[in-house]
Amino acid sequence: MNLWYHVGSANERPGRTGFAHLFEHMLFQGSADVEANEHFELIQRAGGTLNGSTWLERTNYYETLPANQLELALWLEANRMGKLLPAMTQQKLDTQRDVVMNERRWTMDNQPYGSWMEKLPALCFPPEHPFHHSLIGSMEDLAAASLEDVAQFFATFYSPDNAVLSIAGDFDRREALELVQKHFGPIPAANRKPPLPDMALPPVFGQWKREVVPDDVMLPRLFLAFRSPVFGSDGYYAASVCGAVLGLRNASRLRRRLVRERQIAAEAGAFTYDLAKGADLLVADVTARPGVAAEQLEQETAYEIDLVVRDGIEAAEVERAVALIQTMFVTAMQSAAERADRLSMYATYFGDPHRVNDEVDRYRAVTLDQVNAFVRERLGESNRASLLYVPRDQAPGELVGAGAAAEAE
Amino acid sequence: MTTAAERRAARPQPGQRRDYHFPAFERRRLENGLELIVSPVHKLPLATVAAVFDAGAVCDPVGREGTAQLVAKLLLEGTEQNDGAELTERFERLGASVDAHADWDAAGVTMTVLAEHLPEAFSLLGEVILTPAFRQREFERLKAERLAELLQLRAEPRGLADEMFGRFLYTAESRFARFEGGDEQTVQRIERDHLLSFYESRYVPGCTTIIVVGDVTPDGAEAIVRKCLGGWHGGAAKRVVADDHPARLERAVHLVAKADAPQSELRIGHVGIPRNHPDFFPVNVMNAVLGGLFNSRINLNLREAHGYTYGAFSAFDWRREAGPFLVHTAVRSDVTDAAAREIIGEIDRMRAEAISAEELSLATSYLDGVFPIRFESTAAIAAALSVLSLFGLPEDYYDTYRARVTAVSADQVLEAAQRYLHPESLQMVAVCDPTAVRGPLDAMHFGPLNVYDVTGQRIA
Repeated sequence: MNLWYHVGSANERPGRTGFAHLFEHMLFQGSADVEANEHFELIQRAGGTLNGSTWLERTNYYETLPANQLELALWLEANRMGKLLPAMTQQKLDTQRDVVMNERRWTMDNQPYGSWMEKLPALCFPPEHPFHHSLIGSMEDLAAASLEDVAQFFATFYSPDNAVLSIAGDFDRREALELVQKHFGPIPAANRKPPLPDMALPPVFGQWKREVVPDDVMLPRLFLAFRSPVFGSDGYYAASVCGAVLGLRNASRLRRRLVRERQIAAEAGAFTYDLAKGADLLVADVTARPGVAAEQLEQETAYEIDLVVRDGIEAAEVERAVALIQTMFVTAMQSAAERADRLSMYATYFGDPHRVNDEVDRYRAVTLDQVNAFVRERLGESNRASLLYVPRDQAPGELVGAGAAAEAE
Repeated sequence: MTTAAERRAARPQPGQRRDYHFPAFERRRLENGLELIVSPVHKLPLATVAAVFDAGAVCDPVGREGTAQLVAKLLLEGTEQNDGAELTERFERLGASVDAHADWDAAGVTMTVLAEHLPEAFSLLGEVILTPAFRQREFERLKAERLAELLQLRAEPRGLADEMFGRFLYTAESRFARFEGGDEQTVQRIERDHLLSFYESRYVPGCTTIIVVGDVTPDGAEAIVRKCLGGWHGGAAKRVVADDHPARLERAVHLVAKADAPQSELRIGHVGIPRNHPDFFPVNVMNAVLGGLFNSRINLNLREAHGYTYGAFSAFDWRREAGPFLVHTAVRSDVTDAAAREIIGEIDRMRAEAISAEELSLATSYLDGVFPIRFESTAAIAAALSVLSLFGLPEDYYDTYRARVTAVSADQVLEAAQRYLHPESLQMVAVCDPTAVRGPLDAMHFGPLNVYDVTGQRIA
């Protein structure tokens, strides 16, 4: 069972970065008929697994449990969607704020390269854009979050008209629909969600953006991002295939060239953010071999991308990428939780859960020409953003610029 | 206002419980000693193959720790017929995701592919198993990549704490006291010839198991395996028994210094028990209550009551010989001592009194209920069958698992805690900022305290 709310860090107001995620934590602190942490207790006692996650555009909550326990999950989700606020207290908020601050320390502040998660979107999206700011949030903004914020966020975003519920697995269709009606039917729509600002962006950055970050790391690492077509759009699939050509598994371009043949890099990969509004990002992620300087890592990675732009990608590379993507997709579909999550995703972003059935075909329909058109349009110098991590003790003076300024704040 | 009992009664009740059986599997043995386990699962057109070799890190030659992992990884870096680039290209053109790895007890190659490509992909896998080339160039590259990984580890508190914990836990003679993939010294000493002799002695049909799970039949899978591996000759290798003695029996604190760390990566524990232990089930349930679940005592205490951490859990690391029992968490630097005190308090409490009926039923009904969810994928089923084969568990292990979990009593949990948790022998390892953490930890009088740098050299 999977529930997507169409709200994420993009919907946060200024001064409240990290709130969507902090709010996700509060949803496990009980509701009118459920005590703090009882949601976890009840699901685990029923033999189920559960969690939630927050992303730039959405927040999801999910339970996987034995088929005879479906109603428990529906009731729990409905209870917190309908009657969360009576359970909210200052003490719970204070504790979860501490937990989230520790999550920030654990995933970012005390983790080598951890800050890339907030530095890369900040570099790639303009300051006023909803994807620019930190998802986990700044310590100052987390500290400022209040119970009034909780109430307001709940009233604005956590209503049935802003949510998609998906169920996958071994259930009786009629019975499940009756249970959904019984528990969610009485919850009124709010229709209070404010529209997001215009998120449209030009197709390319217009320049090569650069930031150098001196950090407590042993090896240089480069995140090289390209603005790319939004998730699910016609152009997205060519971009996604291009990402797999560049960095999915061992025979990919960057691994073959930079890791295997030229031995510039210890690791190399590529991924897309899969953002459905505004613009997506395709990111190459390359870590240097010992002895390779940061500037060299950036130059050599750019050189490989230049070769791709100059000579294009070959048909065999596209075939390899699509074959791997297909296996990965079918492999993922074995899990009921994964099926439900995909259904929620396609319904939330495109109003069409059936897209899950076309996904492999969309990838198989991608042609070499489309991938090479994407390469020509999007991998050039006017559409690059480099976030370059440099070991603190190796950072030469002239490189320290941007990072040192940020540190001094 | 309604009472808690009334509220509980108003909650949805479960329907009729439905049957679940762990997927049926067949075990066969080829004439050359190779074991084959096949589990037909026809849900989706997929197949997972796991090749499991008795060639884990415990088999590493002394002084050349890291050999097992290099050998396993080099299997996929070229055969006599295909060099590394061609081999990966051929696998991936079939959409096959293939990975090789050695853990403590075993080495393995795992592959998932659409079932229609299984015969072709398996013939490549056969090449990988029978004729790996261990080319000098690829060997040197992988060695350099391991050294890069070790360099990275020095700045990575989580991984560093995990690796250092074993080092401080076990006697210096134990393989478990060295990093699973070897350290700088030992990896530097490995030459190509060492890999060849390791491969020749440990990769033999008599102690190899091939597991095939997915859209296949036992006969079909056997035909594929026989075609590629039927002609494989060789005997069986002698099982290596790792020394699992602890470094010391009294408590001690080991701080690994990371200047200005905002959190302490904390590991507290001692040498545990081997996987094949008669009290496995009570110990498993005991651990679930102590720190195995989100709603376990340790996580509710450290995270939900105190807000010290994002999460705190306990685990037994199951190996053929005794792996560690450990509590692991990352806590704000200024509460390191307070968090350690709470953890030790929870361990003491497990041993002092029986758990409540509610706690027992939470743990057992969880382990019982999630059992089917653990085996949704061909890869997960193959991993479960690897465990069965590796540890020599009984054929009906998965069929009787749920009954054995739910049969555990509160008295057995108490007995397991008293027997297998050793508060007097706890070792505390923290990757932390010692200037912030040392004073308060000294004041705890937990045990003698030493400070090390990130390479493990004692500095104070």
